[in-house]
Amino acid sequence: MTDAVVPHPVEPSVPRPHAGSGWLKRALDSDVFYSFRRSKMTMVAAAVTLLFFLLALLAPLLAVQNPFDPAQLQLMNSRISPLWTADGQSPFLLGTDEQGRDVFSAILYGLRISLTVGVLGVLFSGTLGIILGLIAGYVGGAVDGLIMRIADVQLTFPAILIALLINGVVKSVFGNSLDAMSTLTVLVFAIGLSFWVQYARTVRGSVMVEKNKDYVAAAQLIGLPAPVIMLRHVLPNAMGPILVIATINLALAVITEATLSFLGAGMPDTMPSLGTLIRIGNNYLFAGEWWIVAFPGLALASLILAINLLGDWLRDALNPKLR
Amino acid sequence: MLAFTLRRAIQAIGVMIAVGIISFSMFRFAGDPVNQIVSLDTPAAEREAVRKSLGLDDPVVLQFARYFGNAAQFKFGVSYQFRQPVSSLLMERMPATLELAACATVFAMVFGILMGVYSALKRDTFLAKVFQAVSLIGISLPTFLIGILLIYLFAVVLGWLPSFGRGEVVRLGWWTTGLLTISGLKALIMPSVTLGLFQMTLIMRLVRAEMLEVLRTDYIRFARARGLTTRAIHFGHALRNTLVPVITVAGLQFGSVIAFAIITETVFQWPGMGLLFVQAVQNVDIPIMAAYLLMVSLIFVTINLVVDILYTVVDPRLRSTLRRPT
Amino acid sequence: MIEPVLSVRNLRVEFVTRRDILRAIDGVSFDIAKGEVLGVVGESGAGKSVTGLAVIGLIDRPGRIAGGEIYLSGMRIDNLPPEELRRIRGKRIGMIFQDPLTSLNPLYRIGDQLVETIRTHLNLSETAARKRAIDLLAEVGIPAPEKRIDAYPHEFSGGMRQRVVIALAICAEPELIIADEPTTALDVSVQAQIISLIKRLGRDHGTAVMLVTHDMGVIAETSDRVAVMYSGRIAEIGPVLDVVQNPLHPYAKGLMGAIPTLASDTDRLVQIPGSMPRLSAIPPGCPFNPRCAFAFDRCRVERPEPIRHGSQSVACHLYDTAATETAA
Repeated sequence: MTDAVVPHPVEPSVPRPHAGSGWLKRALDSDVFYSFRRSKMTMVAAAVTLLFFLLALLAPLLAVQNPFDPAQLQLMNSRISPLWTADGQSPFLLGTDEQGRDVFSAILYGLRISLTVGVLGVLFSGTLGIILGLIAGYVGGAVDGLIMRIADVQLTFPAILIALLINGVVKSVFGNSLDAMSTLTVLVFAIGLSFWVQYARTVRGSVMVEKNKDYVAAAQLIGLPAPVIMLRHVLPNAMGPILVIATINLALAVITEATLSFLGAGMPDTMPSLGTLIRIGNNYLFAGEWWIVAFPGLALASLILAINLLGDWLRDALNPKLR
Repeated sequence: MLAFTLRRAIQAIGVMIAVGIISFSMFRFAGDPVNQIVSLDTPAAEREAVRKSLGLDDPVVLQFARYFGNAAQFKFGVSYQFRQPVSSLLMERMPATLELAACATVFAMVFGILMGVYSALKRDTFLAKVFQAVSLIGISLPTFLIGILLIYLFAVVLGWLPSFGRGEVVRLGWWTTGLLTISGLKALIMPSVTLGLFQMTLIMRLVRAEMLEVLRTDYIRFARARGLTTRAIHFGHALRNTLVPVITVAGLQFGSVIAFAIITETVFQWPGMGLLFVQAVQNVDIPIMAAYLLMVSLIFVTINLVVDILYTVVDPRLRSTLRRPT
Repeated sequence: MIEPVLSVRNLRVEFVTRRDILRAIDGVSFDIAKGEVLGVVGESGAGKSVTGLAVIGLIDRPGRIAGGEIYLSGMRIDNLPPEELRRIRGKRIGMIFQDPLTSLNPLYRIGDQLVETIRTHLNLSETAARKRAIDLLAEVGIPAPEKRIDAYPHEFSGGMRQRVVIALAICAEPELIIADEPTTALDVSVQAQIISLIKRLGRDHGTAVMLVTHDMGVIAETSDRVAVMYSGRIAEIGPVLDVVQNPLHPYAKGLMGAIPTLASDTDRLVQIPGSMPRLSAIPPGCPFNPRCAFAFDRCRVERPEPIRHGSQSVACHLYDTAATETAA
């Protein structure tokens, strides 16, 4: 009878900053930034992630040697323990491995490889997933059924298995002696193909929701081509979840690359990623040369932890329902 | 119920056919099956003869049918590296993997559920926060790093547990088990923990989230309004309702446990199917890769089917909607 | 004087949020006698349900009882330790929630849920409890109870499930039943059956009933007395016939004016302009003053206290005869 709806809280009317001048101010004003500042853990995670990206970017400036260049490695410098131990030698901060490779430099360059594969893998899987999701959602029917059925089947298999298989197949087609750069491409390809499903499902879902809204009908009416409507109008609505998936998948992609390299199906010893370094170092663990495996392991673990923390926070911040 | 099971079974067969096509394409196009038979220095003419005798000139559909027929009888061809039938290689190693996966799953379930329930019920306690931190680290540490860490601690530094292999195994028919000897059990501990840790984290997070969700429901509120004891509400009502989705996920996870065993088996040199597969990938041993894919898919699909059926046993709502569809 | 079954004195309930403390219930007092049905009516958010939850001790964080007293048959219960309060819940106070579809645990047979509740409160054997459960189901009007007792909740219709919920609420013969919108989620045709069931149970067992609803029609049919709530306060309370036929508070007047009747030949129902304030923005003075056609200066400053006016009690300055006389 008089069961009136409780009035919605009226948003305080913030004066809209002029376009161009105020986007930064607006970003700093936003809820997302607010929750970012409230969580110390997230700020630390962001700082650590940024630090790792900077280290990777500036590797040539910070490293004492180029670990990929055999000419710079000297066997007489092999198996030196870290600087602060009794047998430590300058300039090898974190010691050296059996080939005389400086562990710190190797980590910096390995980080480059790991992050490159991770970022490219995420970009590739994201693009693939978004396009397939848009097509599935917009076209519907048999195309949708086919894409989603493939997604279902693929989802039952862990990404690492798929990546390993793709890797194996490519190797068998091109022979076992791929050079390092091609291996990197194969890894990006394998990781990209193993992670597209989540994007596709999310995008498809939001296309299904948006497709029937009036503004899409209006855009169709004025004759905008379907791809334009999809990219300009529908896709921006799915950007939040996509960003969350991408962040969490970056961590997964880095783990997957490291795992493949650890299993010997990834980056070769001549151009090692963090996973390759751990595999090499693992052989010296029993001999007591712990630093060869410990520091790359630590770097990998803290990188992934930081990205995961960011991803967790982003998911909560963009999804107010969970708070 | 029957119709539902049937529908699921048909879906499962569909998946197996799809995987079969992929497996066949790998076998047929990525690797040259002739290589299985002949050695590297065999003249081309002889290779052609072998090709003919293998029926590789037949239409692709016919070849696929033949491949699938053979696979159904567990004939997967001969391994390039070992020069042995792939099926006997796989069968020999299957017990090791299944035993490891089962132990890891039990470990993950027991600890995951305990920790999840605790951190949902005592949300703000110190221990609950420790569990949360452990779960984040469990998700962030790659499996192989955990394995290396455990080996360093318990095998290298403390010397308590073996760092590789299965220990002594007992043969029961074609099955070999490490569960009956002390050294076999000791050898199982670290690989099981390594393999189960990620699943444990997953189950713990899931149990916690589900339990918090269930505790907010009306029927829990009504149970409280009826004056039931906290214990009856938490462990009688909330936990049972929490476990319904958890069973599904944990069951489905068993499949990925088998796949993740690849990593654990490599770290601990565990003589299972996973290690065989990694060696196959490294050496481009296509018959083993194709067969492994088929075998693992078969296990996955079977588990999914079993979980689906189990689900209906646990949840009476599903049972009756299936009995009389509306 | 006979002691009332439930006596609430100056109850205050607060919700602590990130920004401030919201007062959901602010100084509510009322009594319910044995066998009496008190209807509590008001808009969503007026504090009806929270009052019911406070009585049974189910206010969860971030909410809390911030003041006042609650007496059950003369015994103070709002400050009892949780374990003792639990023993009262279900045994001496039964509660019925709004949605019967979600009130029952879907994974347990209704018999199990009944037996569990009975054995929690009464010292009965499994068989005796089961027998009692069947009797209860029969009493609330479930046909073939000895068969239906082994059914799962989803095998019942909404109305039947609400009967099961009622059976659960009365299984230990409580002195008081709190029914929170017991018919809102049901079909109109079933509503009347449930209402008459609650009424009959109250009469047969001498149970006091607190019936929370936003439906004046339900109240008029069922209740002996009615309390009209607005913004966490009782605007008016009195015998149901008096309040319906002669509402005093301007809000109650508006509320009664909004009931369609066949007798009156008005074309349109009366509407109260505006809406109830949010908890975070309750105006000073009388919370109804911004919407009230009769508001004067005092209403914007001073909060009205309940004043007796015949059989009714009303919180409105218009009826403060003493003050009006001195002013005149």
